[in-house]
Amino acid sequence: MDAAAPAPASPGAPPAPAAEPLLHIDGLHLWMRSFEGEAHVLAGVDLRLARGEVWGLVGETGCGKSLTGLSVSRLVATPPGRYGQGRIVFDGQDLLRLDEAQVRPLRGRRIGMIFQDPTTNLNPLFRVGDQLVDVALAAGAHSPQILGLAPGASGAQRRAAARELAARMLERVRIPDARARLDDHPHQFSGGMRQRVLIAMALIGRPDLLIADEPTTALDVSVQAQVLALLKEMVAEYRMAVLLITHNLGVVAQTCSHVAVMYAGAIVERGPVRAVLAAPRHPYTRALLKALPTRATPRGGLEGIPGVVPDLVHPPVGCRFAPRCARAGAACLGAAPALAAVAGAHEVACVHPHGPD
Amino acid sequence: MLELEQVGKVYPGTRQGWLRRGAPVQALQDVSFSVQRGECFGLVGESGSGKTTLTRCILQLEAPSAGRIRFEGEDLARLSPAALRRLRARIQIVFQDPQASLNPRMSVHDIVTEPLLVHRRSLGLDARARTERAVELLGLVGLGPQHLYRHPHEFSGGQRQRIGIARALVTQPALLLLDEPTSALDVSVQAQVLNLLEDLKRRLGLTYLFISHDLAVIRYVCDRVALIHHGRIVEQGASARIFEAPQTAYARTLLAAMPEVDVTP
Repeated sequence: MDAAAPAPASPGAPPAPAAEPLLHIDGLHLWMRSFEGEAHVLAGVDLRLARGEVWGLVGETGCGKSLTGLSVSRLVATPPGRYGQGRIVFDGQDLLRLDEAQVRPLRGRRIGMIFQDPTTNLNPLFRVGDQLVDVALAAGAHSPQILGLAPGASGAQRRAAARELAARMLERVRIPDARARLDDHPHQFSGGMRQRVLIAMALIGRPDLLIADEPTTALDVSVQAQVLALLKEMVAEYRMAVLLITHNLGVVAQTCSHVAVMYAGAIVERGPVRAVLAAPRHPYTRALLKALPTRATPRGGLEGIPGVVPDLVHPPVGCRFAPRCARAGAACLGAAPALAAVAGAHEVACVHPHGPD
Repeated sequence: MLELEQVGKVYPGTRQGWLRRGAPVQALQDVSFSVQRGECFGLVGESGSGKTTLTRCILQLEAPSAGRIRFEGEDLARLSPAALRRLRARIQIVFQDPQASLNPRMSVHDIVTEPLLVHRRSLGLDARARTERAVELLGLVGLGPQHLYRHPHEFSGGQRQRIGIARALVTQPALLLLDEPTSALDVSVQAQVLNLLEDLKRRLGLTYLFISHDLAVIRYVCDRVALIHHGRIVEQGASARIFEAPQTAYARTLLAAMPEVDVTP
């Protein structure tokens, strides 16, 4: 799929030389059935995540960011979804070849998830502590060392250990008076605290990979800053890999080590966050940055991106961004451009990329 | 144009049992600012800071418990019901979520002309004139007459917000309250809507009260800004001054938390 990418562990590559990435989404294709026909929503998504890396996945609504995340957690229902070519290799095994029974021990345990809205992801009827204990027990059932118990421990012992772990996790995400708050219901927490509870819940099984889909979009800026700082701290401590799905490039700039820009079902540019944001090569990445008001933007200096994300039932032939692109020419209407390296790990999929200026 | 003088709003506490009530909630306290004709005045605050209560007070959907709100010199609380109805045509609002604020069962024509129907006594337009006005407004916000008889679900988020703006402008208001008009939109579309608002402001001589929690947007569009926190204005002044040299601790924390893209290679 991705001929331009060098073999893993090439010399002079990033400082942490991971031999095989923890997660390799390898040319993934996904179709979704809809009333209008089958939409080609993921068209060869290619991503590699190593431990300790925080990848931001950005793009407009409807570009397939969330579906990429859901595919990794195997939460896309098939049908209406249908996978075509491609693999999702997580720690050596192709997730798409596993059946539900084989995925269950991975999901939530080795692959943690956080979603956008903290209110809808906590059950309002149960105490927060009970919900955390359930997750801890489920994780403990698969890997007893999480609860710190011998395999033959009794149910009561396991419950007590799970509760202890739940309290410790709430402390880790800085819920004040954590032990007492285990007995509170979700409505007794503020929005930011609920999101921190969900982070605690996602991290309780010590996942190797965390999928965070718009984790701070519903939060105020000051709370957002706290949650993101916490996330970074947890990454450093557990050496997780994180896929942070967001539409906010500011969040990416502040939090991520790497960024992948997605448009209409494909990665159009990816690389270390500073390299990509300081010198974006793909016209779409540039356009996204120009649409963002910054300190230096004069009044009236914002530029929107004309047009909308294309209809993926009948996607444009060739480069899918071409119909909205000022640089598009005849060459863009041929085959879809593949990712090619421009500088080090910085790659772009474009026939007419911008220069490094 | 719009003046707020020590506006306060107290809500009674929640019921706790049969006769007892919790402590009353002071949603707004001593809020004073004035919006000048032709400017864009920003109101920034986090959730729960009192932004929405303040909007509701300005629209007279809620009676403030203290202070005065004056629009073009007239005290809103003292207006007769008829005068208030006339005045409502002069203050219009654009809501955050066009998906939620446009009736899915009404055509664009009906959505945009509804305010004209509501205010038909003071505006006195017949059906034909109302349709003409709707077409004119759609043109103004970058849509065309071919969109007139379509329904909201046939439009993208950005187009829906344009319909919301057309509806707000149809009664020729002087003041527009923009309540998080772009937070439900993608940045690419947000930029288009912000540019449209800027352009309309100049062409129609509008005044904006722009309510948002997005500091980057506020900095980009507003001439002056007031920061509201726990129902009080903690700082107000020229936008450039607040963003470059915030005076209060709260303003500094808020600005520090702002996620900015400024990367140096």
